[in-house]
Amino acid sequence: MRRRAVSGALYATPAAVLVGLFFVVPLLLVVWMSLHRWPLLGKPRFNAPDNYTAVADHALLSSAAWFTVRYTVLITLLLFVVAFGLALLVQNRRPGVGFFRTAFFLPMAVGFASASLLFLGLLSEEIGPVPLTGDSPALGSAVLLVLWRFAGFNMLILLTGLQAIPVDVYEAARIDGATRWQMFRRITVPLMRPTIALVLTMMITGSLLAFDQFWILTRGGPDNSTTSLVMVIYREAFVRLDLGSAAGISVVLLVLLAVVSSVQLAVLRRRSA
Amino acid sequence: MKAKLAAVALLLATAACGADEPGAADDGATLTLWTRAATEAVSKAYADAYNASHRNKIEVTAYPNEEYPAKLASAAGAKSLPDLFASDVVFAPQYAAQGLWADVSDQFKSLPFKDSVAPSHVRAGTWEGRNFAVPHTIDLSVLLYNKDLYVKAGLDPEKPPRTLREFAEHARKIDQLGGDVNGTYFGGNCGGCVEFTLWPSVWAAGGEVLEADGRSARVDSREMAEVFALYRDLYDQGVASPASKGEAGPTWLGALQGGKVGIAPGPSVWLDAIEAKGVKTGIAPIPGINGGESTFVGGDAIGIGATSGKTQQAWDFLAWTMSDEAQVEVIAKRKGVPVRTDLAANKHSSADPRLVTVNGLVAKGKTPYARNFNATFNDPQGPWLTTVRGALFGDATASLMAGNEAITKSLRQE
Repeated sequence: MRRRAVSGALYATPAAVLVGLFFVVPLLLVVWMSLHRWPLLGKPRFNAPDNYTAVADHALLSSAAWFTVRYTVLITLLLFVVAFGLALLVQNRRPGVGFFRTAFFLPMAVGFASASLLFLGLLSEEIGPVPLTGDSPALGSAVLLVLWRFAGFNMLILLTGLQAIPVDVYEAARIDGATRWQMFRRITVPLMRPTIALVLTMMITGSLLAFDQFWILTRGGPDNSTTSLVMVIYREAFVRLDLGSAAGISVVLLVLLAVVSSVQLAVLRRRSA
Repeated sequence: MKAKLAAVALLLATAACGADEPGAADDGATLTLWTRAATEAVSKAYADAYNASHRNKIEVTAYPNEEYPAKLASAAGAKSLPDLFASDVVFAPQYAAQGLWADVSDQFKSLPFKDSVAPSHVRAGTWEGRNFAVPHTIDLSVLLYNKDLYVKAGLDPEKPPRTLREFAEHARKIDQLGGDVNGTYFGGNCGGCVEFTLWPSVWAAGGEVLEADGRSARVDSREMAEVFALYRDLYDQGVASPASKGEAGPTWLGALQGGKVGIAPGPSVWLDAIEAKGVKTGIAPIPGINGGESTFVGGDAIGIGATSGKTQQAWDFLAWTMSDEAQVEVIAKRKGVPVRTDLAANKHSSADPRLVTVNGLVAKGKTPYARNFNATFNDPQGPWLTTVRGALFGDATASLMAGNEAITKSLRQE
């Protein structure tokens, strides 16, 4: 029995080492940095809790937080509806369905930064084939980009959930005379709950950490209207060269994310129990 | 006495390195040099000429403009800075203050031509009285005007405006040509573009935008307000291209190359790029509201990476880049602006009188100095861009008042 435990631990070691090295150590380092004034070169100086008290009256941070929350709600709703819709469309084996599944998933093969640059070129007023003009195309273009890039991926996850539902449940419902809507409401959605929970959690954490799309497409503009939280962290670290302050904001964001995710998972778990 | 001490220190340093023959600074070392994409061509031209005549070898690596500061910051954090690195000159005080460059005060003071090295650039690379960087390239803001459109609008293409009011008049006349022609163009969503092109008008009128110590703003001054009001009118009346409002920088050059803009302030280095598209272009100094002239002395400064172990060899390269040979045969030959005021007129620039005009501006212009310059003025999330947007497209007076406070706060942030 002891031998089994030892060999089990050995099997787990590589993964544990990787997690420790690339997750736990950097995490502790960030927390440590957030307690110091941390210059690029030279000796860090302990200054806690300055980096945290500064978070409270950071001018840019509150507007960025508000924007990030609005963006998260918007993109999660849209992305979920589109991805679920696509998944339902390509759910059944029909001639040609393989082509559409591939087509919907294909944007995922393009790197996110490359995709952002692609959209920047496409929508450019100067050089783009589909120039986007008007007063506030900034948020719209970013939403469009994220939908195009991620709908297929989320579709794929939802598809695996859909296909895990036994066909006989639907057959039984059909014999009982259930309508399509009833089958969707009473069978598909309840049985999909764990998959939906996974997809929503990924969408929300992903959107709260949005960076690439705004960094490349809008640079946070116009007038800071699309500045996300991670862009503020980037500014603290790489423009103001204040690593301690950036670490402080990161830790606050991390705690908030952990709270959001645990609440979300708890709610979904209780419902499915 | 100080000079003597410095000389002794230098000698000691040389001896300590175990290099007793005089050519030790050129001992065949390979030096890495980082630069941003915008400066790559010049850095490479310097490196090629230096490599051809020296045993040391300079290897140039360029990074995309926007990503470059972050690249430097992460390299500094990892203590793996290159032997030499250039940066936008307005970032120089911050890098000097952060200790990213090695102190080159003693070496710099021993240069025979130290007094004619672009003074505002040298000041930008100074922190607490010590020199950390020297000029690498110089880019000046000037008025660029389309000579063909001047003729069409009945203006004399050899008589550019002498005051900012005259500039506006000329722009209006050209705008009346109609069609897709616009009187002027500016980067209304780009903090760096606006400071580069509008501040000279403030300086020309005797005003200041920043206090000399770089810790207080004077954005709410009468001079600044007048300049903003003039550009604001041009935009409201449709004289400035409507695209000016959203221009964040990347398509600025393209707009001037299109040949549909009458007169606009911009970087002097664009002269060639615009003429290459067949647009006959004139150059004039940027005037103040009622006369005078000034320029924003931009470009790149360069210093020795603080973590480099080859400071002697690196300084050998830096000293050479400022020599007559490099400035005339590398910089002036490719129509660049020499970093030395005593070389403004040289055998290459005398072929084109426009270049002599531009070169002469170096001594008259300014490079603003502030440790937090980038975070305050160039970064799109900085308070300056918000102020600019308000002054040009929103409530001007309130924006300048509030902006001045926000900018001063940002300048003082530790």
